[in-house]
Amino acid sequence: MLELTRRAWLRATGLASLAGSVIGGARLAGQTAGSPRAYHPRHDAHVMGTVGRTSAAGFNPSAYVRSWNFSELPPDERSRFYRETPRGDGTLLREYEIFAVDREIEIAPGLFFPAWTYNGQVPGPTIRATEGDRIRITFKNLGTHPHSIHFHSWHPPEMDGALAGQEVHPGETFVYEFDADPFGLHHYHCHTVPLKRHIHKGLYGAFIVDPKQGRPPADELVMVMNAFDTNFDVENDVYAVNTVANAYVHEPIRVQVGRLIRIYLVNFTEFDPVNSFHLHAMFFDVYRTGTLLTPSEKTDTLMLCQAERAILETRFRYPGDFMFHAHQTEFAELGWMGLFLAEEGRTT
Amino acid sequence: MTRRLLLALLPLLLLGALLAIIIRTGPADAVRGEHFPPVERLTFQRVTLEPGAIVAGVMNDGPDTVTIAQVQVDDAFWTFTADNGVALRHLGRTTLRIPYPWVEGEAHVVRLLTSTGTAFEHEIPVAVETPTLNARFFGIFTLIGLYVGVIPVVIGLLWFPFMTRVSDHGMDFLLALTVGLLAFLLIDGAAEGFEAAGLLPESFQGAVLFALAAAGAYLLLEGLGAWLKGHGRAADKGYGGWVLAVLIAVGIGLHNFGEGLAIGSAFALGEAALGTLLIVGFTLHNTTEGLAIVAPLARERRRVALGGLATLGLIGGVPTIAGAWLGGFVYSPVWSVVFLAIGVGAIAQVVGQIVRQMAREGSVARMLATGPVLAGLFAGFAVMYVTGMLVG
Repeated sequence: MLELTRRAWLRATGLASLAGSVIGGARLAGQTAGSPRAYHPRHDAHVMGTVGRTSAAGFNPSAYVRSWNFSELPPDERSRFYRETPRGDGTLLREYEIFAVDREIEIAPGLFFPAWTYNGQVPGPTIRATEGDRIRITFKNLGTHPHSIHFHSWHPPEMDGALAGQEVHPGETFVYEFDADPFGLHHYHCHTVPLKRHIHKGLYGAFIVDPKQGRPPADELVMVMNAFDTNFDVENDVYAVNTVANAYVHEPIRVQVGRLIRIYLVNFTEFDPVNSFHLHAMFFDVYRTGTLLTPSEKTDTLMLCQAERAILETRFRYPGDFMFHAHQTEFAELGWMGLFLAEEGRTT
Repeated sequence: MTRRLLLALLPLLLLGALLAIIIRTGPADAVRGEHFPPVERLTFQRVTLEPGAIVAGVMNDGPDTVTIAQVQVDDAFWTFTADNGVALRHLGRTTLRIPYPWVEGEAHVVRLLTSTGTAFEHEIPVAVETPTLNARFFGIFTLIGLYVGVIPVVIGLLWFPFMTRVSDHGMDFLLALTVGLLAFLLIDGAAEGFEAAGLLPESFQGAVLFALAAAGAYLLLEGLGAWLKGHGRAADKGYGGWVLAVLIAVGIGLHNFGEGLAIGSAFALGEAALGTLLIVGFTLHNTTEGLAIVAPLARERRRVALGGLATLGLIGGVPTIAGAWLGGFVYSPVWSVVFLAIGVGAIAQVVGQIVRQMAREGSVARMLATGPVLAGLFAGFAVMYVTGMLVG
C-alpha cells in the first residue's frame, strides 16, 4: 500500500479538518468526538488461534505427553531403540539408540520448520530411568552438521558432550554411558556451537530420574515448553508446549477428577529468557528440579528460566475444561495454550 | 510472400523451441538444488477495516508458489478465511478475512506466516473503519475535492482581468511565472510518482510503468493539441491562446486527479487531524494553478466570456473530486502511480508548448535569458516552493 509522504499526509490532515468544519455537524471517521460508536460485534473467543489441523502422519503431541523410553512404539519396534537388562545389584542397564537427523516438522497446521531432531521428533524422546541405573546411549549422527548429547546430570567430563572435540560429526557414532543420578527432572540437549541454533532447531528432550523408592502413583505428563524462530531473526514466531501450537486446544488432555496428576515441566524456549506455566482454577505443588521429595511451594503460576524444570502435582477437583498456558500472554496467543478435560470416574 | 512470412516467423519459432528446452531442463534448478527454499514474496494490497474484521488483499509477487499457513495479528494467531485459497501461484491473489476486534485509533500489525515460516507484515498505523460507498462519504470526498481543487483554481482565474492590463514585459514575466509553477509541479509529481512506484510489487516494475504512463500522456496531449489547433484555425506559428489554456487546464486537471487520489486514500486510511495553517497553505498553493491556466489568454489580450473561464476552472479543478472518490473507495497503489505519471506527462507537454510560444519563431535560449523571464521563472518556482512548505 502506498506509504504516504509527509506532504501528502499533512495535506490530507488539513483537508479533513477543512471538510469537517464545512459540513458542520457531520462527524468524520478517525475523529472520536461525541459518544464512541459501537464498532464490533460480540467478541468470539474462538476466533483466536491457528487454522486447521496438523497432519496425522507427523509428531503427535497427545502421544508424546504420556510416553517415555519409546513406550509409544509397539514392542518389537521399541526394542530397536530401547532395551532393559537387569544388573546384579537390582538396578537396570538401560540402552538407547538415539540418532540426530534433519527433518521438516509441522509446528502449526501447514507451517513447516526445518528442524534438527533427535530420532525425527522435537522434543526428542523422553529418557526415563531410576536412580542408580546405568544409562548407555548409542548416538549416531545422521544429520548434516556435528551434534552431541549433553545431559544435565552427574557424569564424568568425558561424557559431557560439550567440551572441545566432543562433537560427533555427520556419519559418526559415540556411546554415552553414565549412572542416572540424582533423581529429579532433568533434560538433555545438543551442545555443539553455535549453541543457540543447535538448541532452537530442536535438539533437546526431557530426562526423568525416579527416586529408588519411586513416587506415588499418578497420571504422569511430560511437557516441554518450546518455541520456534521460523524466519531466523533471533525472535520466536511460534510458541507451544510440546512443539505444536495450540495442539491441546484442539485435542485436550483428558484427565480424571480426583486422581493425582504429575506434570514433568521443562523449559526449552530459546531467545526469550523465561517462560511460565499457569493452570486455570487450580493450584499445584512445585518440586523444583524434582530433586527433593517435599514441595517448595503451592501456586498456580510458575516461572522457569531457560533449561529450568519442575515437577508439578495436583488433583482436579471439578469436571470440565481447564485452560493452561504461559502467563506471558504473548506466548499464549502465539500458540502456547492448551486445555485439560477433566472427567468423573474414568480410568486412564 | 509465403517466403517473407516464413522469414519473419523463423526467429519466433526458434525462440519458442529455446523456451521449451529451458522449461524442460530447468537449468536454474540445477543451481538451486533439491532442498533450496522457494523464493517467497507476498505483497499486501488494499487492506480495509470492517466492524470486527480486517480484510487484506494479498498478491504473490515472487516466482514460486507461496502457501499462507497461518495469520498472526498483533502477535496472536488468528483464524481467517481466504476467498481464493491460500496457495498462490506467481501473481496469484487472495483476500483474507480476519475476524479481529481491532481498536479504533490504534495501530495493528497483520503478519502472514507461509508454509516455510517466512513472515510478511503489514502495519495499519491508525485503525479506522474503511469508508464504504455511501452518501455521507461521497459528500465528504466531494467537498474535499471542491476545496482542494476547484475553488483555489477558480480564484486564481480571477486574475485574468488584471493580467490583460499589464505591459508586454509584465506578460513575459507572468508566462515565465507559469512555467516556473508548472516546473515545480512536474518535479513534485515525478518525485511522488517514483516514491509510490518504489512501493509497488516488483512485477509491476513501478519506475518503468511511471515512465510509460508519463510518455503516453505527453504524446496524447501533443495529438490533442494538434487536433484543437486544426479546428481553431490558429496561425502556424503555435497554438492559439485558447488551445494552450485548455491544454494547461487539462494538464493541471490530470495532476489534480493524482492529488485527489492521494488525498482520498489518506483520508480513507484515517490519517486525519486538525491544522488551520495547513488549510491556508493549501489554498495559497493551488490558487496559483488558476493563474497558470489564464496566462496565455491574457497575453493575447482577448476578451473571454465568463462561461469560458468557468469551463477552464472546472477542467483544472473537478478531477480532484473524481480522484478523491477513487482514492477513498477503491484505492490501489498501481493506479496512484499511473495517474501521477499522467499528470507529469501532461505538465511536461504544456511546459514545452508555453516555452515554444514565448519564443515565437526565435531562439528559446535567447528568450529565456531576458530579465522578466528569468525573474518570472524564479518567482513561479519560489512561490510554489514556499506555499508547498505550508502543506508539508
